[in-house]
Amino acid sequence: MILFLAYSAILFSFASGGIAVAHLFKPNINKQLVFWLLGASGLSAILAGLSELISPEIRLDTLSLGLPWIPWHVHFDSLSAFFYLIIGISVFAVSFYAPHYTHHEQKNAENFAILSLFTGLFVAGMMLVLLADDAFMFMIAWELMSVASYFLVAFQHENAANRRAAFLYLLMAEVGALLIILAFGVIASFAEGFTFDELRASTLSTTWMSIAFVLALMGFGMKAGLVPIHVWLPEAHPVAPSHISALMSGVMLKVALYGLIRFCFDLLPEIHWQWGVVLLIVGTISALSGILYAMMQPNLKRLLAYSSVENIGIIIMVLGLSMIFLANDHEELAAIGLLAALFHAFNHSLFKNLLFLGAGMIHHQTHELNIDMLGGLIKKMPKTSMIFLIGCMSISSLPLFNGFVSEWLAFQTALQVDVLDNGVLRSLIPVSAAALALTAALAAACFVKVFGLIFLGVPRSRHAEKAKEIEDKGMLFAPAMLAGLCFFFGIFPSSMLHLIDNVSKQLLGSMLPQKEVLSFLTLAPVSPEQASYTAPLILIGALIAAGVSFWVLHRNFETTLRIAPTWDCGFGGLTPRMQYTSSAFTMPLRRIFAKAFLIDEKVEKTMRENTKLNVADVRYSLVIQDHSWIRVYQPIERGVNRVAKQVGRIQTGNIRTYLGYSLATLILLLWVVSL
Amino acid sequence: MNWIIAILQTTLFVALAPFLAGFMKFCKCRLQNRRAPSLFQPYRDLLKLTRKQPVISEDASWLFCAAPYIIFTAMVLAASVVPFIAVDLPTSAEADVIVLVGFFAFARFFLALAGLDIGTAFGGMGSSREMTISSLAEPTMLMAVFTLTMTASTTNLSGAIEHVLNEGLILRPSFVFALFALLLVAVAETGRIPVDNPTTHLELTMIHEAMILEYSGRHLALIEFASQLKFMLYGVLISNIFFPWGIAEDFGLSALGYGLLVITGKLIFLCVVLAFAETAVAKMRLFRVQEYLGFAYLLGLLGMLSHIILESTR
Repeated sequence: MILFLAYSAILFSFASGGIAVAHLFKPNINKQLVFWLLGASGLSAILAGLSELISPEIRLDTLSLGLPWIPWHVHFDSLSAFFYLIIGISVFAVSFYAPHYTHHEQKNAENFAILSLFTGLFVAGMMLVLLADDAFMFMIAWELMSVASYFLVAFQHENAANRRAAFLYLLMAEVGALLIILAFGVIASFAEGFTFDELRASTLSTTWMSIAFVLALMGFGMKAGLVPIHVWLPEAHPVAPSHISALMSGVMLKVALYGLIRFCFDLLPEIHWQWGVVLLIVGTISALSGILYAMMQPNLKRLLAYSSVENIGIIIMVLGLSMIFLANDHEELAAIGLLAALFHAFNHSLFKNLLFLGAGMIHHQTHELNIDMLGGLIKKMPKTSMIFLIGCMSISSLPLFNGFVSEWLAFQTALQVDVLDNGVLRSLIPVSAAALALTAALAAACFVKVFGLIFLGVPRSRHAEKAKEIEDKGMLFAPAMLAGLCFFFGIFPSSMLHLIDNVSKQLLGSMLPQKEVLSFLTLAPVSPEQASYTAPLILIGALIAAGVSFWVLHRNFETTLRIAPTWDCGFGGLTPRMQYTSSAFTMPLRRIFAKAFLIDEKVEKTMRENTKLNVADVRYSLVIQDHSWIRVYQPIERGVNRVAKQVGRIQTGNIRTYLGYSLATLILLLWVVSL
Repeated sequence: MNWIIAILQTTLFVALAPFLAGFMKFCKCRLQNRRAPSLFQPYRDLLKLTRKQPVISEDASWLFCAAPYIIFTAMVLAASVVPFIAVDLPTSAEADVIVLVGFFAFARFFLALAGLDIGTAFGGMGSSREMTISSLAEPTMLMAVFTLTMTASTTNLSGAIEHVLNEGLILRPSFVFALFALLLVAVAETGRIPVDNPTTHLELTMIHEAMILEYSGRHLALIEFASQLKFMLYGVLISNIFFPWGIAEDFGLSALGYGLLVITGKLIFLCVVLAFAETAVAKMRLFRVQEYLGFAYLLGLLGMLSHIILESTR
């Protein structure tokens, strides 16, 4: 039954894509059917995920698809189900959002068919990755996901920058896929076959295992956006339509995480603490540089993409902690780490989805994504602003919201370092915990900038001034639902953690040490004496304190508000341009962390009438670049070009030479055959 | 019963916060050869502000009016979590020290947003600087507190304080580092000299004042009250974590009375030290603050490492 639900989720999303194509030939088909089917796909994925997590059991199946002698092996266990749930919620939300958001594309039947077909294939591909129980099916599903999303990134291909971004994405996705194939190949060469069961039974030496681990980390890390192989992410995510960016950032990155977790915790027979250290360091670097770059972006969607790099970094870091504890035989602590990592993945999918959908709403109403051109939207779009505020608060990990809970769990995991014997680990883990604290604080600064500059203040452009609230109910419902979930899981995190606990039971064979401390109200992962967090009581306390202060002030000293123009220090003429901009807001941090960026700041002054003091005109330009682009990509690009040029020499353009090559090849092959 | 004591303790904490601010002002005035205002002047100021008619800019949104309540609430919640005169109260079990830092972050988030709400350059300047400084100060604070929590192997404040009490007076190098790191952070976070000057309205230097420039009336009263609470929170946190002796361990009347007396003494001592420091030191440039906080961060790191390398039982 549960497998049936899982299959139907995939079939629904295929059908959604199919209907869109059918609509091209038979225009009397209802277009909305596409979205209903997508919603049905999301809903069945949620149901399948939830019911599997509630009654965990490994469900196996074989499908006679693919090559005739190699059927597809399918499995559905708690880990797959958890990620199914993530996909389901996001797809469900998007299916409400998309009908109105894409109404412009719907006018052109062809565009609409392309967009919907590849959305359907993309969603189905992601779900198939989770179901795969052999390396073949895994790679086919993986490629389906990658290629379908390439077409979605390239959807608005009229723009040259978008084509470039899409190509970069495809290139990185394929290189990543190659690395993953190699990683599977390393294990498979020591195993009987390609099914996951056979891979699990393989006997590898530690060296080969480490090679497989590094290949997998690079392959999955490329998709997940780990620094320094993240460069495609801030290019590709902003150019796709917003609901697609939401799916890519909120969900596809999680599928890459799923791959990494499946590979390391499930397929590889052993786990070494050195791998955990690698993940810890890579994750810390990703988290810190992700948020620093995010802070500097004036483009909202680029900023959100960089913030995904940060969050993936945090998740990888906590996974590394989990690995370290697991390799040191502290299964319970490893379970807390895995719990924190998975819960953060879940939370990130909720709030990042919400924020991308919010960015789409802002773009839809103002045609503007540049933060410096927005402002004052809280009055024009009150509902959107409320929803977006909840997203910002969640991602800044403020208490009472879900982002805080997973970060709290991450800190709790890191603070258990005292049980380890290794001196290097004992000093490394606290340092990374401090880096996590810095990341969280910077994230709060970043999202104060985002919300403050977009929604508060005075409009900075005509578009922002003329913005209106979104009227379509579905488009508001989707992010509102996600905001509601962010708040719900912030107050009652245990409801989700209970379900995730089954995943760690399956993977690590160990659950949280004390089941009873994970009660409905209080969260105490290690023991109530060590740490506890009772969000519902805090909420009640907050309501009481706010209520009392409001009551006292309004009952005893009732005075009416006086509305007056903003005080302009007596000079007059306040203009919206006097407000702080994105680059002004982040200037202190840019200066403090100057080494982390490549900054090109130019001020050009034109003087009036050849005087030295009388400035007529000032031009200011600021370009901030990612280090990895110059330091990692360009050298590789140059190297590839150089090699290609050398190889190109054999192409003389002379037909006799080519005939000579053919003859030489023929002789060589004959010789090989005769051996 | 325990809950009643917890609520009473929180109420007392909130009620005493303006008094501490008044006392701080008193110390500084005396050191600078000025006549000090009455110790109850902050109460009178707050009362006066609540009676005044608040003036709000035309460009303000609902967030501008809601922010003072949110900031004040976050500070009251923080006050309920920190053990003030007694340990082991039920309120301290509902949130640990990471949540406490979270409350501060919550208040700061809304304060910075309120600064951006009117759309003046001052507000933006204040918000930008505040977020910069706090994003450097917050990890330092966590580091310092983690040093302690790792020693006590609990992040629960009550538990950590009890652990220190049970161990008796041991000189730990890690605690010395953590204490100094936390002191530096407390100065930065409560907006005092040399990082920020609460008495200035000069655009080049102000941080906290720049954000709340547009506030008046009861909104300003709430924000002022909240920052007094924050000042007292850091004071109580530092004195009770590192010098917990005297805090009430049972809820008898004499123990509680003694606890109140002792914490008053500790706070008075801390205020005098701080007043001396503020009188002796000049405000530093904004871009020197990173060095100051970097030093604090280093101290926090050293504290943590010395705990791990020198003091751990393994």
